[in-house]
Amino acid sequence: MNFDFSDELKQLRDEARRFLTDRCPPAVPRRILESDEPYDRALWRSIAEMGWTGAAIPEAYGGVGLGRLAVCVIAEELGFHVAPVPFASSVYLATEAVLQYGSEAQKRAYLPKLATGELIGTFALAERAGTSDPRKLTATVNGGTLTTVKLAVPDGDVADFAVVAVNGGSGPWLYLADLHGPGVTKEVVTTIDPTRSHAKLSFTAAPADPLAAATGPESVRRLLDFAAVPMAFEQVGGAQAALEMGNAYAKERYAFGRPIGSFQGIKHKLSDMYIQVEMARSNAYYGAWAVHTEAAELPIAASVARISACEAGWFVTKENIQTHGGMGFTWQMDCHLYYRRAKQLALALGSAREWKLRLISELRNRNTEDLQAA
Amino acid sequence: MDFEDTPDEAAFRTKARAFLDANAERRKPGAVEGYRRGQDAPGAMERAKDFQRRKFDAGFVGFHWPTEWGGQGGTQIQNVIYNQEEAKYDVLTGLFGIGIGLAMPTICTWGTLEQRETFVQKTMRADYVWCQLFSEPGGGSDLAALRTRAEKDGDEWVVNGQKIWNSGAHYSDYGILVARSDPDAVKHAGLSFFILDMKAPGIEIRPIRQVSGSSHFNEVFFTNVRIPDSRRVGPVGAGWKVALTTLMNERHGMRDAPGPDFNELFSLARQVELEDGLAIDNAAVQEKLAEFYVRSQGLKFTKFRGMTALSRGQTPGPESSIIKVVAANKLQDILSYGLDLIGMAGPTMGDTMPVSGIFEEALLYSPALRLAGGTDEIMKNIIAERVLGLPQDPRVDKGVPWRDVPTGPRATGTKG
Ligand SMILES: Cc1cc2nc3c(=O)[nH]c(=O)nc-3n(C[C@H](O)[C@H](O)[C@H](O)COP(=O)(O)OP(=O)(O)OC[C@H]3O[C@@H](n4cnc5c(N)ncnc54)[C@H](O)[C@@H]3O)c2cc1C
Repeated sequence: MNFDFSDELKQLRDEARRFLTDRCPPAVPRRILESDEPYDRALWRSIAEMGWTGAAIPEAYGGVGLGRLAVCVIAEELGFHVAPVPFASSVYLATEAVLQYGSEAQKRAYLPKLATGELIGTFALAERAGTSDPRKLTATVNGGTLTTVKLAVPDGDVADFAVVAVNGGSGPWLYLADLHGPGVTKEVVTTIDPTRSHAKLSFTAAPADPLAAATGPESVRRLLDFAAVPMAFEQVGGAQAALEMGNAYAKERYAFGRPIGSFQGIKHKLSDMYIQVEMARSNAYYGAWAVHTEAAELPIAASVARISACEAGWFVTKENIQTHGGMGFTWQMDCHLYYRRAKQLALALGSAREWKLRLISELRNRNTEDLQAA
Repeated sequence: MDFEDTPDEAAFRTKARAFLDANAERRKPGAVEGYRRGQDAPGAMERAKDFQRRKFDAGFVGFHWPTEWGGQGGTQIQNVIYNQEEAKYDVLTGLFGIGIGLAMPTICTWGTLEQRETFVQKTMRADYVWCQLFSEPGGGSDLAALRTRAEKDGDEWVVNGQKIWNSGAHYSDYGILVARSDPDAVKHAGLSFFILDMKAPGIEIRPIRQVSGSSHFNEVFFTNVRIPDSRRVGPVGAGWKVALTTLMNERHGMRDAPGPDFNELFSLARQVELEDGLAIDNAAVQEKLAEFYVRSQGLKFTKFRGMTALSRGQTPGPESSIIKVVAANKLQDILSYGLDLIGMAGPTMGDTMPVSGIFEEALLYSPALRLAGGTDEIMKNIIAERVLGLPQDPRVDKGVPWRDVPTGPRATGTKG
């Protein structure tokens, strides 16, 4: 049994942690929260220089070729530090889409620049409130141009291109759209988490380049599955940070002549937070194994990792505020950084509710006894 | 990152399977393990002992213990692998859990060479069955509050008092006993640990009927029971430390809760008809099912992480305390939801339901799993204090002679 990251990957995680502890303390996301700056450009450049943006990109396309597990360990640290950078959009989604579905020419055009961080990509799916089931999409591409409106696209204002999901019928369901090109307007929107900028993207007869291999709505789902796993690590990282924050406060804050951490109402709350984080971490590991091996049960593993991470993220970040009392509800305390980010991440790839339905539908499609890791 | 056995682990697993195939019935597909199910059937004890002897002869008992203890110096991971395989077969080994899992490690850690020689081999081959005489009417969580007295009389100790909730005391040959040897010392300092011959004069055992209707645990009363000093384990007054060795072994077992799990609930949902069709087609049911699946998987992969530590020769820390808490609560939630799906027809015990009574059976034993071996609340204290480093609850019993510690009216039990 070797259900753990290799020593090399743990080393990478430690390096990432050291770097971000120094370069991305809570003051950094707070600065983005309190300014009009959409993301920390200098941090993004450093991250790219260290090769993180190219971690999963093969060396042939200018990447570092460390594979998806490397992205997972980096993601956990970015989540822990609430890093205000378009990493999830560009790496888990845009890069993954080009890797999976791009033609040779598209890979050569996009991947080297994604690896260096010179290009930022994002993913645009939602068209309205409610389901994000790709089968319900209305966007279509006619004569090579796209006309649609995509809501709350993370990093939509800063991305250079978007991978846009459309109702492709028997053709491709994913297209590349240049966000600096004609027919595209970006409207920055305020969200629950201003440390990650979002935009409404309107496309009016905008040129769109098909990812030809992305056929059928399953191709969109598959992209979401691959993204859900590093996303789960990012969520677990954030939950871990909120747990540590609450735990530290419980030791130093006194009430009734004793540390609040000696009251069982607080103590058991923190135990419950710890339990949730560890369960979510274990499930994220399952996801990591599945993306790494491209296992047939990836849809199941990704759903499990995603649901568990969404639940842990919500529980832990709200209870961290509770543990801090009135102080937890102040702008000045950092509790809300974790709280905002947790919910933003929990919505970004579709909510846990949707993933639950998807999980059961996947389980119904196969005999659970066949699952490798079952 | 993988779930594969190392070549050594795989070879060991093959060996374990070969032994089990030759000596036990494989559980039928879909059959679910219950809690102590089958233990009361006629001849069950003899069959269990017979299997245990064959297991011993084949070298699968205590093989992960150091050779000085009578083991083979095998690894913890081998022990886990053996238990994983054994769990797929219909064997009753729960009867020996206290002797092999708790009493022997404690005696080997703290006891004399003579005690080891007297008890270890015979316990391994099921000649001796053990019970744990720890809890008392005055406290189970607060074990160190115990009142049972042990007074020195020459080369012997004279024991008076009462224990309670002692699983299997009625069929056990020996018990591990913690008693108060010095009531003037502060609470934790006045205890000593003993090996008690359950056939000794002055012991009265009364079975207690449980929620499930069966009687696996007992009250045990002591009236001038004599224990030779040679049966004391560890120094006089060190009983608390010795007992902690027992409790560590009890709580770090990465134990799951037997009973219906996701697969049984899933299969139930595929059979039960609700107002708008099969339960499995109902979105609300699907959401609940998904939540249970996620909890089941989280538990499984948390165990895999623990096994990975074992596989590398590390000891999983108090982190593994979460397994017991999560497993027992998940079980209770799953079976309550399963019964809700069955609805008005739900309360029927026995073989009538689509999943043949296992939800009903588990409903009646599941509360025990949240209590025995450390309650949920105690486990959460352990996580908070030992993993998260939070301060202990303030205590009114610290530094006070045991005599002066406040007790409630129930402390003396039914006979005292
Ligand atoms: C099926 C079964 C088998 C058992 N077998 C054995 C056996 O073989 N040998 C043996 O010695 N014992 C055995 N026990 C006893 C078991 O160890 C105790 O029941 C358990 O430790 C709880 O102790 P108690 O019953 O005295 O409850 P109490 O300690 O009185 O607890 C009552 C409630 O108070 C809570 N509580 C107590 N202290 C705290 C605290 N500090 N913080 C927060 N909450 C607290 C508990 O969690 C519980 O909810 C068995 C119990 C069961 C149910």
